[in-house]
Amino acid sequence: MAGDSGDGMQLAGSRFTDATAVFGNDLATLPDFPAEIRAPAGTVAGVSAFQIHFASRDILTPGDAPDVLVAMNPAALKANVALLRRGATILVNEDAFSVRAIQKAGYQQSPLEDGTLDGFTVKRVPMSSLTTRAVEGLDGVSSRDAQKAKNLFALGVLSWLYDRPTDVTERWIRGRFKGPVGAANLAAFRAGWSFGETSELIDVQVKVDPNTDVAPGTYRNVNGTEATALGLIAASVKSGLPLVFGAYPITPASDLLHALARRHDMGVRTIQAEDEIAAASMAVGAAFGGALGVTCTSGPGLDLKTETIGLAVMLELPLVVIDVQRAGPSTGMPTKTEQSDLLQALYGRHGESPLPVLAASSPGQCFEAVYEAARIAITYRTPVILLSDLFVANSSEPWRIPDAASLPPIDPRLRTTTSGPFLPYTRDDNLARPWAVPGTPGLAHRIGGLEKADRTGAISYDGKNHARMTKLRGDKVDGIEVPDLEIHGEADADLLVLGWGSSYGTIRAGARRVREGGGRVATAHLRHLRPMPANTGALLRTFERVLVPEMNSGQLAHELRARYLVNVESYGKVEGQPLLPSELEQEIWQRLS
Amino acid sequence: MAAPELTKADFQSDQETRWCPGCGDYAVLAAVQAFFPELGIPPERIMFVSGIGCAGRFAYYMDTYGMHGIHGRGPALATGLAAARDDLSIWVVTGDGDALSIGGNHLIHALRRNVPVKILLFNNQIYGLTKGQASPTSERGKVTKSTPFGSIDAPFNPLSLALGAEATFVARTIDTDKQHLPAVLRAAAAHDGAAFVEIYQNCPVFNDGAFDALRDKRRGAINRIYLEHGAPIRGVVRAADGTLRLGDDGEPVVHDAHREDPSFAFALSRLSSTPDGPTPIGVFRDVQRAVSGRDLFAELQAARAGATDASLDALMRSGDTWTVS
Ligand SMILES: Cc1ncc(C[n+]2csc(CCOP(=O)(O)OP(=O)(O)O)c2C)c(N)n1
Ligand code: SF4
Repeated sequence: MAGDSGDGMQLAGSRFTDATAVFGNDLATLPDFPAEIRAPAGTVAGVSAFQIHFASRDILTPGDAPDVLVAMNPAALKANVALLRRGATILVNEDAFSVRAIQKAGYQQSPLEDGTLDGFTVKRVPMSSLTTRAVEGLDGVSSRDAQKAKNLFALGVLSWLYDRPTDVTERWIRGRFKGPVGAANLAAFRAGWSFGETSELIDVQVKVDPNTDVAPGTYRNVNGTEATALGLIAASVKSGLPLVFGAYPITPASDLLHALARRHDMGVRTIQAEDEIAAASMAVGAAFGGALGVTCTSGPGLDLKTETIGLAVMLELPLVVIDVQRAGPSTGMPTKTEQSDLLQALYGRHGESPLPVLAASSPGQCFEAVYEAARIAITYRTPVILLSDLFVANSSEPWRIPDAASLPPIDPRLRTTTSGPFLPYTRDDNLARPWAVPGTPGLAHRIGGLEKADRTGAISYDGKNHARMTKLRGDKVDGIEVPDLEIHGEADADLLVLGWGSSYGTIRAGARRVREGGGRVATAHLRHLRPMPANTGALLRTFERVLVPEMNSGQLAHELRARYLVNVESYGKVEGQPLLPSELEQEIWQRLS
Repeated sequence: MAAPELTKADFQSDQETRWCPGCGDYAVLAAVQAFFPELGIPPERIMFVSGIGCAGRFAYYMDTYGMHGIHGRGPALATGLAAARDDLSIWVVTGDGDALSIGGNHLIHALRRNVPVKILLFNNQIYGLTKGQASPTSERGKVTKSTPFGSIDAPFNPLSLALGAEATFVARTIDTDKQHLPAVLRAAAAHDGAAFVEIYQNCPVFNDGAFDALRDKRRGAINRIYLEHGAPIRGVVRAADGTLRLGDDGEPVVHDAHREDPSFAFALSRLSSTPDGPTPIGVFRDVQRAVSGRDLFAELQAARAGATDASLDALMRSGDTWTVS
């Protein structure tokens, strides 16, 4: 569904998604916002689109080449037509194809007339005028209201086309809008549905049966940001530690700040800091006070937090740093996705400053990933970086809601007593040091960024001690228990495709297509980038060929080669767009033949 | 059972102090350690946060909770701690380079937010720890290793800056003034909100004598203008054009630290920018304003106390859900 930024495409998309979820299809969605806040209306730069992929079986990605495009104006058509599958259906709002609008979109002549769309099935629907007619005569409805309701007309047509339940949407409209606007939206939606049903123009209704092999449970649709917010709150509740979240606005990480800022009801304290350095420092200060300190940012902000993260490594305090990656370097492409901060997360600090790095693999999995990041940070007294990205943060999928009672316990084990003098740099079995917070009598101590003497934590410039502490910090991180890497597919396949982060679904989908075509390919996915699962090296060696696709120029491949002395083949993509199953499929076939 | 009286020794950590002989930091440390028992706050409820610099070492020497952070970020670290805990007495120790150069942004925002922390700025008008470069308070023309031909940059007036940042408590004192320094600390501790205290601190190694006009017994007696709320300010008058001036040609001025309008305190702060002549010391401004996060604490604490598996379940299940059986 694509239209001008003001056309309400995100709203129509999310309503269609809800109806689809309730109907019981599996799905994944991806919004595509224009980069400019107020791009000129009618231009390609101002197009806002929403993509949904749904089916009666396991859905792994928001899809690569859509089967149906709703284009509310010529610019929306122009911006999206190249993505479509040959033979796809295009529903256009015919009313919006005026000469002026066509030129504004950058077409010389009408694409509806000049053969541009040969090879597609084009349905011309005068959506604006049909909407106007549908709401005419409703009390108090202005012509502006009528114009604004055309997204619901489009939603109505699509809902009929795919036989979505209408009650879900109608209930939502009634709850959301009051008075004439509500009446207009409802009328527009129903008119769209009736148009689908009665018009000869759209002759087939597509049935997509509910998915039957879905695990039982209660579901909701979440995007990565929402799941991350819930995961952090869950970690706070389960650990009993207050959540203090410091952030400085940056696309696409700000949404997490927005989501958490509303959660006073769960005791969440957010601070919009003066910059990213402060945001990270506030989280560290809060951690010293016994809170779950969290900070979230994207590329340029991670650069700024680096020094503070190093401090947390030295202080050995829990800290969760979430990096919602975007295309860099520098300001790069703030609204485009990438996985190019991996090496920075692993190594981007001065001195030897190891820390655990995790990556979220799907929107719903963000919950588990951030919960695990917090659990590790608290258990091992260490900063943890969680790599998310714009794609996983913004796309959505149904999420099976866990029971709070079933979440793994997080025990902060705050130190409250001591038998002799308190030694803040002694260690437990995990090599974690005691966490004693201000207010605890008898445990007052001072820590800082200067090298610590082992056990006592006193300032030390002794070389041997430094070597020992360096090793302890490294051993602590590398000793973190992470689950083994699992193979999906045959263990003796001809090729292993190993991925990390948000390309999980794409890799699974691409490999599935190859398998359906008779290819012998297996997949595996890394959720822990440091430490990596203990079996990683051995597993990679059991395959003749290993392909590592990632949205960068080969950072994980570089790491795997360095760490395990194995040869892996890199497939890198840095176009600001997620990997697509179709291109993965092609890459895999190339290596199998 | 009444808690035993605290003494100076209760605040002395076992870390060996490592400042240069004669450094003004020793005098401040001794005064602070001697003063703290008076607050009646047990050491475990006190936190010292510092940045990097000679002054930053301060945090190691107080037998309280402490964090020696990173250069300039002390106020940000302290802000985070204050967001997590409202039951602590939080003090930040910083230098002129730490607070006004690399950490300038955090300083002004901590003051603007009125975070309940006490910020002690040890101003020696030089970078001590890095061995003698010009600092943002070094006077124009100052010859240092990094400014061999004299500094070409104008210095900050730290008090004017703090006032411009909406600070609710602004004061100045001198490292060796054994009566005045604790008096200012007392007022800062009593202030509800962010307190900013500039302490003139001699660095005998890299900038010796910078404050002699005030530290020296004989000259100091002439040059120190002690500010006392409600008392006339010695040697300061309101001139015919309404401005505050040093001298005796005009109306006597009575000090009002509680004046809402910061322009009075600002005018006082402008009377001397380099301490080589008569200089006001004491509390310039002490007013009330909403304290950062104060109203939120009870609400968030209550919410957390009520946050159980059940409320987490309810939150996770909010919005449109569906069930597959
Ligand atoms: C990021 C960073 N940059 C530079 C330094 C080096 N450095 C340490 S202290 C300091 C200046 C200290 O001057 P000041 O704050 O006036 O404190 P003093 O030593 O005089 O007490 C500098 C530049 C550092 N520690 N960290
Ligand atoms: S360099 Fe100056 S400020 Fe630093 S310890 Fe020595 S005398 Fe004190």
